[in-house]
Amino acid sequence: MHPDVANRDEAEMIAAILDGNTEKYHDLIRPYELSVYRMALSFMKNEADAEEVAQEAFLKAFRNLASFRGNAKFSTWLISIALNEARGRLRHQNLIRTDSLDETREGIGHISPALLRDWREVPSEALERREIREMLKEAIQSLPPIYREVVLLRDVEELSVDETAATIKISPAAVRVRLHRARLMLQKDLAPKLKSTNPKRRWFR
Amino acid sequence: MIIECKHVWDYISEYIDNSLPPETRELVQRHLDHCEICSAILDSTRNILVLTADDSVFELPVGFSDRLHARLDEEIHGTGRKSEKDPV
Repeated sequence: MHPDVANRDEAEMIAAILDGNTEKYHDLIRPYELSVYRMALSFMKNEADAEEVAQEAFLKAFRNLASFRGNAKFSTWLISIALNEARGRLRHQNLIRTDSLDETREGIGHISPALLRDWREVPSEALERREIREMLKEAIQSLPPIYREVVLLRDVEELSVDETAATIKISPAAVRVRLHRARLMLQKDLAPKLKSTNPKRRWFR
Repeated sequence: MIIECKHVWDYISEYIDNSLPPETRELVQRHLDHCEICSAILDSTRNILVLTADDSVFELPVGFSDRLHARLDEEIHGTGRKSEKDPV
């Protein structure tokens, strides 16, 4: 999350915007551009559609700003608008199964992690390599939608379990179950790949 | 009581979130202390979550902000859509 966000009064900014000082909306949303775009991209899978969804979400948020209730964080509200926009688009394009179908698959299948004997930490500097960034992006994008959204909200946007639950309108218990599966799916997919790209690997072991 | 690896895997996510009840956490911890495979699974999962959360994984396209704010400007300075309300 953006470093400047903690030091500003968003309720005050929103009140000013609703009071007619609409220019302030630019500043209000600036810290959340990446969050909204990231949510859109992980669903739309191509940059042009993701940008369209993100723009649409910011416009809808502006038009509906009066309906924002201060009991949620503005960022969470914004992200949930983006999420709905992306879901709606996809449903329209018929690219994903409906949620209810995914829901029924939830109880099936136990996820086993990738088994490793040891793990050498992959440092954040590894993200300077494009192939590593692509690998991570692909892993998130290839999760089934119900798992993708919990990982994005909880682990990427760092919302709490309760905030995640409120955003996608499921119970906190269901968030924990999905999160568990999603995290193991990521581990299963990424651990072997990352291990083989880690330059710190020692040949003689 | 001793638990098997398979059962430890079921607790990994909540272990990471520090949301396990103390007794369960203790059991899992004792297993992790002597099981290198489960420790490696825990470490790799944690590591992967840190990496996926990094802001550099998903980047804004060049010009994204400019295009967004230009579009917002059109909206803010009224192009006749003021009365329109979209459902959220």
